[in-house]
Amino acid sequence: MLITINRLKAWLFTPALLLLSNAQAIAQEAERSSINMPIGVTPVSQDVYGLHMTMFWWCVAIGVVVFGVMFYSMIVHRKSNGAKASNFHDSLGLEITWTVLPFVILIIMAIPATSSLVKLYDTSESEVDVVITGYQWYWGYEYLDQDVKFFSRLSTPQEQIYNQAPKGENYLLEVDEPLVIPINKKVRFLVTSNDVIHAWWVPDLAVKRDAIPGYINESWARVEKPGTYRGVCAELCGKDHGFMPVVVKAVEQDEYDTWLTERREAAAKIRELAKKTFSLEELMAQGEEVYNKACVACHGVNGEGGVGKAIAGSPIATGDIAAHIDIIVNGSKNNPLMAAYKETLSEVDTAAVITYQRNAFGNNKGDVVQPIDILKFKQGK
Amino acid sequence: MAHGPAKGFSRWLYTTNHKDIGSMYLWFSFAMFLLGGVFALVIRAELFEPGLQIVEPGFFNQMTTMHGLVMVFGAVMPAFVGLANWMIPMMVGAPDMALPRMNNWSFWILPFAFAMMVATLFMEGGGPNFGWTFYAPLSTTYAPPSVTFFIFAVHIMGASSIMGSINIIATILNMRAPGMTLMKMPLFVWTWLITAYLLIAVMPVLAGVVTMMLMDIHFGTSFFDAAGGGDPVLFQHVFWFFGHPEVYIMILPAFGIVSAIIPTFARKPLFGYSSMVYATASIAFLSFIVWAHHMFTVGLPIAGELFFMYATMLIAVPTGVKVFNWVTTMFKGSMTFETPMLFSIAFVILFTIGGFSGLMLAIAPADFQYHDTYFVVAHFHYVLVPGAIFSITAGVYYWLPKWCGNMYNETMGKVQFWLAFIGLNVTFFPMHFVGLAGMQRRVPDYNQFFADFNMISSMGAFLFGAAQLMLLYNVISTIVSGKKASDEVWEDPEGLEWTVPSPAPYHTFSTPPPIK
Repeated sequence: MLITINRLKAWLFTPALLLLSNAQAIAQEAERSSINMPIGVTPVSQDVYGLHMTMFWWCVAIGVVVFGVMFYSMIVHRKSNGAKASNFHDSLGLEITWTVLPFVILIIMAIPATSSLVKLYDTSESEVDVVITGYQWYWGYEYLDQDVKFFSRLSTPQEQIYNQAPKGENYLLEVDEPLVIPINKKVRFLVTSNDVIHAWWVPDLAVKRDAIPGYINESWARVEKPGTYRGVCAELCGKDHGFMPVVVKAVEQDEYDTWLTERREAAAKIRELAKKTFSLEELMAQGEEVYNKACVACHGVNGEGGVGKAIAGSPIATGDIAAHIDIIVNGSKNNPLMAAYKETLSEVDTAAVITYQRNAFGNNKGDVVQPIDILKFKQGK
Repeated sequence: MAHGPAKGFSRWLYTTNHKDIGSMYLWFSFAMFLLGGVFALVIRAELFEPGLQIVEPGFFNQMTTMHGLVMVFGAVMPAFVGLANWMIPMMVGAPDMALPRMNNWSFWILPFAFAMMVATLFMEGGGPNFGWTFYAPLSTTYAPPSVTFFIFAVHIMGASSIMGSINIIATILNMRAPGMTLMKMPLFVWTWLITAYLLIAVMPVLAGVVTMMLMDIHFGTSFFDAAGGGDPVLFQHVFWFFGHPEVYIMILPAFGIVSAIIPTFARKPLFGYSSMVYATASIAFLSFIVWAHHMFTVGLPIAGELFFMYATMLIAVPTGVKVFNWVTTMFKGSMTFETPMLFSIAFVILFTIGGFSGLMLAIAPADFQYHDTYFVVAHFHYVLVPGAIFSITAGVYYWLPKWCGNMYNETMGKVQFWLAFIGLNVTFFPMHFVGLAGMQRRVPDYNQFFADFNMISSMGAFLFGAAQLMLLYNVISTIVSGKKASDEVWEDPEGLEWTVPSPAPYHTFSTPPPIK
């Protein structure tokens, strides 16, 4: 059992301590609770936690009174105890009291809630801006004015999901490339979507924003403690809704700067690679990797199909190369589930995955598609 | 009176009798309840352990969707309409419903609607997989082809509900026995009158939103498609303008049922009758101005966010009045704890717990953490299962002797209550914890961190399911072999329904009863 007595104690006493002492000191020590909301690592998340606990204790107090009276009557005023029923059935005074009193309590609750909400909504004067785009079923991150852009996909292997391998500690909460942000800086998140509605949620940051096509929603966080914070997509977005986690790495400013420079150089290198010529083996190896990230969810481990059409023996993967490039770059005209990959896959990755699809799963076409072909296609020949 | 029921199946097909139609509604809703329960057990079986064991994610989504749709539209709503059919004419001293032929029609289109909806599970691409809230564009551009059948089924259910509501309003306003003034009506009649108005107000909105989906899918419009200039958030506004009153549609009649049962077993009149009526009306009014509290994270402007937060918090006031009134009714009574009373007391306690989590959810900044997690799942199951299901069960045990003339077995009833009560709490209470700890809704798999509580929930769910089979057994054995019940059934109960013989004759109150 995960619920040890200590955790139960921590859960019961932290709120009381929170009121008495410095909230931040406790936030540093607290381990992840399996029965309560995390206090989190931003001023807003600590605010929200405080609100949550205040509301909780109000409810407990009201519950004790109401259920107290109820259980008292159930024990004392029972027929088997010889209780005789009274006949009273109206009291204007009581009715007014229990209308006005809750109203006053509600006002007391509403005041801190309002001020927290105002804080939560103040996205002005941000120091770092990240555009977050939801895709079925991964996240895209783009640092505004930084020329850094990448995608973040679930990195838990299929074998763990299908119980063929033991599950790692961060099962379903791990990605290939986490979002990296600096600590003690106001980071603004601009959240949108490329297809259906998703929701970007990191509990430790108390940030949950719906990612809606056609909208850009704003939120922000100032993380005070370096660390890795894990979250999920919170809005049902289709088949793999449960398999698109969010991982945020908060690091010191200089580490962040180094990381940004590395990313920028890597991006330049990828652009450079698009002009290189690759061998069939290189493309197949790379293509298999891309396929297992981007295609496998719908088209199956052996290209047998599923939500999507089969790749094995498919008329597209064994037919005209230009049509094959077109459907991957621009998506299907008839089926929105087959998305356009022109933004999400680099030229090298696109060339590799097309080469892979044309040669794997018994398709054996022997075709080699080079990145330059993709670049030419994207530029309209 | 030679005018008895016809023989065989045609009795049920052609009947215009409110008791026959009420029974059909109740049996139909129970069948749907079991079906929706099977879907829920598929969900809980998959969630028993981390990893994918039993179903694939795509089918899992169909199960969550169908569970919600079947329970809301197939189990809870028709059950309340069934109780209304049976009880309202007898409670107001009317011979039958005001519009008996329409009554027949509004029942008989339902089985077709649900046959069509459930059939989508066997169609190519599977059934609806976008959640019972069917948010666009997941339910339009990205939906399986069967969505068209889903839309048609929703249209039929809506038509049935609207006809049922018109019938109930017409009966209550026109068919009361002389002397039965509005403020003398039993609370069940009052809550249903208000519920019926809610239904007439919002069912057309539901029909509107599914029609807009239909247009987007088949006729090239872009109501909800951002790429065509439409707005996915519009969908949510329209849906929840229906959806929020809808949740009160599923709870107001429940208030009426427990307001009938608690006074009977406390042997004391209902405390604050008129404040109960006003509180019900206030809740109904507020239900129209709180819809966007389901949408705190969609990016509403802060003014909207504050308005919907304050309005939502206000609901606690009339709801609190009701709870206080029930508790005061019990206070200084002379209580006994027969099965209907046990279910009613559990209703008051557990519904209040659901109300508490509702109040927490109303706090917009905190809702950013709660939204779309298992905390929400725990909340609405705590209001709906004890709220709707327990009150309907309480009503069935309370009125069953009147309906069939036989008394149920008290021991069996109590055993069933405790199974259901324990099952419910074991299933849904741990969901508060996993939700707060960070588990989102509508996922077939989760990190091991949430494993213990999920396993407990799953075990509770199977216990709760078993309790419902026992309810079925109790009802059938009562009808087949129960002991004969007296006309009054209970000790000096309030209400006209207890003045007619048990079982209630096929036609009651052909001449209006005297009202004291």
